[in-house]
Amino acid sequence: MVPINYYIVLSAILFTIGALGVLVRRNALIIFMSIELMLNAANLAMVAFSSVLQSFSGQIFVFFVIAVAAAEVAVGLALIVEIFKSKRSIDVDQISSLKG
Amino acid sequence: MTQADLNLTTIFPLIFLTVWACTLLLIDLSIPGRRKGVTALLAAAGLGLALGFTLAQTGRQETGFGGMVVLDGFSIFVNALLLVSGILGIALSYGYVKRMGLERGEYYTLLLFSVTGMMLMAQAADLIVVFLALELLSIPLYVLAAFARPKPESEEAGLKYFLLGAFATGFVVYGTALVFGATGSTNLIAIVNKVGIPSDGTVNLLLLALGSALILVGLGFKVAVVPFHMWTPDVYQGAPSAVTAFMSSGAKIAGFAALLRVFATAFPAIAADMTGVFWALAALTMVLGNLIAIAQTNIKRLLAYSSIAHAGYILMAFVPYGNPEVAPVSIAAGLFYLVAYAITNFGAWGVVIALERETGKGLELNDYAGLARKQPLHAAAMAIFMLSLIGLPPTIGLVGKFYLFRAVIAGGFTGLAIIGVLTSLVSAYYYLRVIVIMYMREGEPETERESFLDLTTIVTAVATVVISLVPQFLFAWASSAVLKLF
Repeated sequence: MVPINYYIVLSAILFTIGALGVLVRRNALIIFMSIELMLNAANLAMVAFSSVLQSFSGQIFVFFVIAVAAAEVAVGLALIVEIFKSKRSIDVDQISSLKG
Repeated sequence: MTQADLNLTTIFPLIFLTVWACTLLLIDLSIPGRRKGVTALLAAAGLGLALGFTLAQTGRQETGFGGMVVLDGFSIFVNALLLVSGILGIALSYGYVKRMGLERGEYYTLLLFSVTGMMLMAQAADLIVVFLALELLSIPLYVLAAFARPKPESEEAGLKYFLLGAFATGFVVYGTALVFGATGSTNLIAIVNKVGIPSDGTVNLLLLALGSALILVGLGFKVAVVPFHMWTPDVYQGAPSAVTAFMSSGAKIAGFAALLRVFATAFPAIAADMTGVFWALAALTMVLGNLIAIAQTNIKRLLAYSSIAHAGYILMAFVPYGNPEVAPVSIAAGLFYLVAYAITNFGAWGVVIALERETGKGLELNDYAGLARKQPLHAAAMAIFMLSLIGLPPTIGLVGKFYLFRAVIAGGFTGLAIIGVLTSLVSAYYYLRVIVIMYMREGEPETERESFLDLTTIVTAVATVVISLVPQFLFAWASSAVLKLF
């Protein structure tokens, strides 16, 4: 069996890549994908812990996260489409009329 | 799971509100477009009924869903406050959405769903429920922030709120995963039982501290604590003002309720590590929020930075949370401050909404010139709210700050209290500037007179003053609410 540490290190790497992606990338869709990566990194950690601890609540949590992330996608993509319609761009650097 | 474990009555107000909101969505279909005010009234009636059910639960101390939700004095106090916030939010929206051409039935339904999520947050006794409630409160708010589409500012506010909110959720989820890994449970009570046993060796304290820090980051985003506040001014400015009024109070109350519940119940073992973190965050938030607010010329941005600064004051209540002597008093002071902030904040946004024009004008500070002559009532109310936000008599803001600073000093954090007083002094500069502009400059501001809006402004202004004269009742209620938490 693969030791738990490997899973946790992998999930930490994925989470960091996701967090960096949110901070560094400027395309709203890619930022959004990075956020999904963060959530899935957490899911991986949850499932790994769940299997080591012989407890189901971690896996149940993963189901919740997947379902809620889908709901979030619906709202997020709608917003991005709406902005693309009016601005013809989803570059977050160009979406900056609010300043002060 | 048996019927007794399920204990559905613990979340009866939530179930009621959810059913009411879903029904309202259907009823709204048969309400013609120009009479959407009916939907607003029905939504407010639902909140009123839920408030009644919540208050009827007073004195109960139970858990439901196999320990995943809890009903206690704390949740009842916070839920009552959230429901009142929802009603005030609808009162502010009633005329505003009509005037701005945003009147669509789903506005009120989304608001109800968001209130439901906030209430679930106050009742959460499991990190899974915290996550679920966080999303249930946030997703409707993302939509509401972008409700004035295709106005670019509103769309931008919606996208920014969404991206940073989802980012914050990622932190909460990962933090939950680490806490689960460290303790083997997501239930707050089980976590504290597990961690409470010293030198057990089964709990990885490093993992636990890391996880709780990530949860703090995630919830810190929601309540707009520096350095996780970057989204706040833009979102508060771009979102429709009535939405901002609701979101700045409601989301803050719910976020702090969850922080309190999670840290006070589940993580007292790492209090020694977290106290310093809370201290630094509170100080940073108070200083930066107030300093940046000085430079603002737009009233919505000014109130946004004011909201950030107040998050700092409320966060002060968390600093002594590991000290069982002081913690109940300081948490009660924090709750009192939340009430004070919510009332004052709603009133101030009410005046902002009254002055906002359809064209997006009327939001600069200079647009308030001459308000005292043209609309003495609005000007007087705004003056009261500004005094309350500074913390000057005769307002509830003063009493809130007094309780808070007293508790923090009792906990031995005099330095933090001094920072709090000094930053309040700084804040006097920009709040008083609003009063000076209203009373001493000539101008011809245009205001909107709407009965619900005026009523909200007057009621909150009166409450701001009256509660400050007899604060002990509210403080006693807040104190008894937190009693069972520890």
